[in-house]
Amino acid sequence: MMDEDDPMAEIRASFFVECEELLEALQDGLQTMDDGEADDETINVVFRAVHSIKGGAGAFGLEQLVRFAHQFESVLDGVRSGTIEADRNAISVFFQSGDILGDLVRAARDDDVADDTRIQSILTSLVAMLGTDSQAEEAEEDVTDFQPMGLSLDLDLGGDGGDAPTLPDLPNPDSCTQPSADTFADGYTIHFLPDSSLYASGNEPLHLLRLLREMGEVDVTCDTTALPSLSALEEEKSYLSWTIHLTTDEDEDALHEVFDFVADLCTLTITGPGKPGPDMPSPDAPPLPPKGTTPPTGAPAETPNVPAAPEAPAAQVSTKLPDNKPAATVTPLPNPAPAKKSPSLAPKSNKPRPTVRVDLERIDRLVNLVGELVINQAMISQSVAEAGLPNNSAVSEGLDEFMQLTRDIQDSVMMIRAQPVKSLFQRMSRIVREASSMVGKSVRLKTEGDATEVDKTVIERLADPLTHMIRNAVDHGVETPQDRVTAGKPEEGIVTLSAGHRSGRVIVEIADDGAGINRERVLQIAVEKGLVPENAQLNDSEIDNLLFLPGFSTASEVSDLSGRGVGMDVVKSAILALGGRVSIQSTPGSGTTFTISLPLTLAVLDGMVIDVAQQTLVVPLNTITETLTLMEQDIRALGPQTSVIKVRDSFVPLLDLGAELGYRAPLDSYVGTIVLLIAQEDGSHAALVVDAIQDQRQVVIKGLQDTFGRVPGVAAATILGDGKIALILDPVDVVVNADGRTRITQPNLQLAG
Amino acid sequence: MTDTQDNTTMAEIELLTFQVGGQEYAIDIMSVREIRGWTKATPLPHAPNFVRGVINLRGTVLTIVDLADRLGMGPTEPSERNVIIVVHTGKETVGLLVDAVSDILAINKSELQSPPEMSADNEQSYVSALMIANERMIRILALAAALPSETTEAA
Repeated sequence: MMDEDDPMAEIRASFFVECEELLEALQDGLQTMDDGEADDETINVVFRAVHSIKGGAGAFGLEQLVRFAHQFESVLDGVRSGTIEADRNAISVFFQSGDILGDLVRAARDDDVADDTRIQSILTSLVAMLGTDSQAEEAEEDVTDFQPMGLSLDLDLGGDGGDAPTLPDLPNPDSCTQPSADTFADGYTIHFLPDSSLYASGNEPLHLLRLLREMGEVDVTCDTTALPSLSALEEEKSYLSWTIHLTTDEDEDALHEVFDFVADLCTLTITGPGKPGPDMPSPDAPPLPPKGTTPPTGAPAETPNVPAAPEAPAAQVSTKLPDNKPAATVTPLPNPAPAKKSPSLAPKSNKPRPTVRVDLERIDRLVNLVGELVINQAMISQSVAEAGLPNNSAVSEGLDEFMQLTRDIQDSVMMIRAQPVKSLFQRMSRIVREASSMVGKSVRLKTEGDATEVDKTVIERLADPLTHMIRNAVDHGVETPQDRVTAGKPEEGIVTLSAGHRSGRVIVEIADDGAGINRERVLQIAVEKGLVPENAQLNDSEIDNLLFLPGFSTASEVSDLSGRGVGMDVVKSAILALGGRVSIQSTPGSGTTFTISLPLTLAVLDGMVIDVAQQTLVVPLNTITETLTLMEQDIRALGPQTSVIKVRDSFVPLLDLGAELGYRAPLDSYVGTIVLLIAQEDGSHAALVVDAIQDQRQVVIKGLQDTFGRVPGVAAATILGDGKIALILDPVDVVVNADGRTRITQPNLQLAG
Repeated sequence: MTDTQDNTTMAEIELLTFQVGGQEYAIDIMSVREIRGWTKATPLPHAPNFVRGVINLRGTVLTIVDLADRLGMGPTEPSERNVIIVVHTGKETVGLLVDAVSDILAINKSELQSPPEMSADNEQSYVSALMIANERMIRILALAAALPSETTEAA
């Protein structure tokens, strides 16, 4: 491994970060291919991702990684050129290869050792796809090709002398697949003097030379005369030039095509057969525009590094996509630069978005400060209000603007912390692959809404419970292939993982299309384990919720995957700790859906400040759909102690917040009181009685010490403008735990505690 | 008074003494963060009776325990004369509502006496030691035991 001195360690670190991004792009591309929506660019993206990892790994001498990436890349290149068909099986191998690539990257990063047996088995599959063993052997030799640029002075087809002329990298590039009808007699002389900008844009003469080698017999001479002494050497300058004698059946256009993408980054002279080549490349010989029908997709894809051209509009990139465009529509020369740009951008789906990596601690500090700012602003507002200044005074107006700014700052800060759930979902697709192969089922993960943004902490802390639930879905949810066929379902099971925003929270759903929960069995096991009394009468959803009881496990045998008894209860408590909730819906025969509902952020929320029983509370605004003042005709008695109210055409349970929190006994009459209509995740409503609505404002969430465990119905606390603490309600929790007593029928009704 | 004594064998501690429900208690001053006047606490629903609620301690949420109630002497009717002693045990910070703070005593550990075992008194488990100062009996509060959570038990 490399010396761990500081600069190198830093570069290494950024390489690994980059690798993560590339792996993500790789997963994405494979997923697109798997969905059957792949176009030529997709495979290019996948290819380039692998290639870039290989390139970087080579620079750090991570041999195992390079070797594997290389083999993978070769196969992908075969797919790209159409010699290997990307069918289901192939893609499944690609997915596994992607996983291993990720493993290897992480192993390299942590100086760990990756599991070799798995790698070998996948390598074998990859080699099998390549078809020829010669290419497999090539893998060993080719490792040296990916040394850092600065060291690669001996790269002029260095391996050419002794090695077999096998071409692992580009077994069949498009650029040379059409033998032209008007073949020339043999013998071209090509002078190739790369500009330093050619290297700067990440091109590599070696690949060009290789392409030439594929076209026929080559004799390459590297002119190193321009090389200064090592001390005078400018590392980024180009000193080398090549003279290539090529004997080929291809016509001159085909040769130009090879250099198509570097045409303006080098000095190139191609002399036809019979004509003697000039000693030095003449600068006035402009590279000819290609007239061929196929722009080489091979050459540009070989560029893993920083692009030179600053602009790469997607439109221009796409011009290189169609393989069979007539020559007239392929814009020849202006294209190369932007086209070359695309490789490094491709992982971000062609949208160049400059980013900055920031220490998370700094962001957290900022978030905290903004929180303090919000509290402070509330305090100032209150002082101004108490001072009795008119609303149109300069102070009040300035304060309004200040509030607006505070809010904007806060939103922006929160956006910094928000991340799409995509990376999390991608990890899950691996879990599905591994889990399904372990239990011998064929399961596919479908993801939806993976652009949904959630607070980083939430994402991180969601990984474990989600993994567990996904495994469960594969292990317990989806049936065995035979059972599925018997049930008339496709053999392949589908686990759908979706994310989205709903009523101000993030909803993550894990759905399988399996047999659904076997409620009889669940109940039976619960009784056997003494979790419920033997004669318990439970409805379906109560039975489903037994799964969340500690120590519950339906698998009669402990499988490799799940069923160790630490199960859904752990999942549930992890999600509760995040301020989330989890629920189950299951339909026999058609599957089970777990729904996780999470808060968007863990720092701030928009709240309605209310009074109840002389206490000030904050209700998250996003849970309130409506506020009403109750009329006598709205209130209907339901049971002896409960009431409902009529809201338009539906009846909604009436809950007295003061009573539910134990602050007071139910009121004698609710006529004239204010109720908040609370929306729940399942779309149902409940009406919470409050005494007064004070205000609507942003509040900073302050965690309650868990000295007394979780306080039911209370999500957190906040500090109001007057410095007092107000509790932030979790209205849905209040509703779920509510006893619903709103009428006094017993004389000594005591609700406290 | 301890200047002449050997510190290695005679460990000296400082105690903060205070009044709770007419009795005198003390805690190690090292666990005291600050002493502040009573401010109205926001009650927590479904919390034990001796938990008065939470207050804002310069931006953090501080739980207030009514020590008298906790020690079985009935709830305090807090007024402006009451005092909150902010103590830190383990990883938690809690405010103790007491009647008044009296004094700071520097004593030698050897002056502490183990409380006699008397099972009838449930309150006794919160007293870790007894001492006499100026003819008065002072109870050393077993802070961890008096605070209402498993986490403080473990600390």
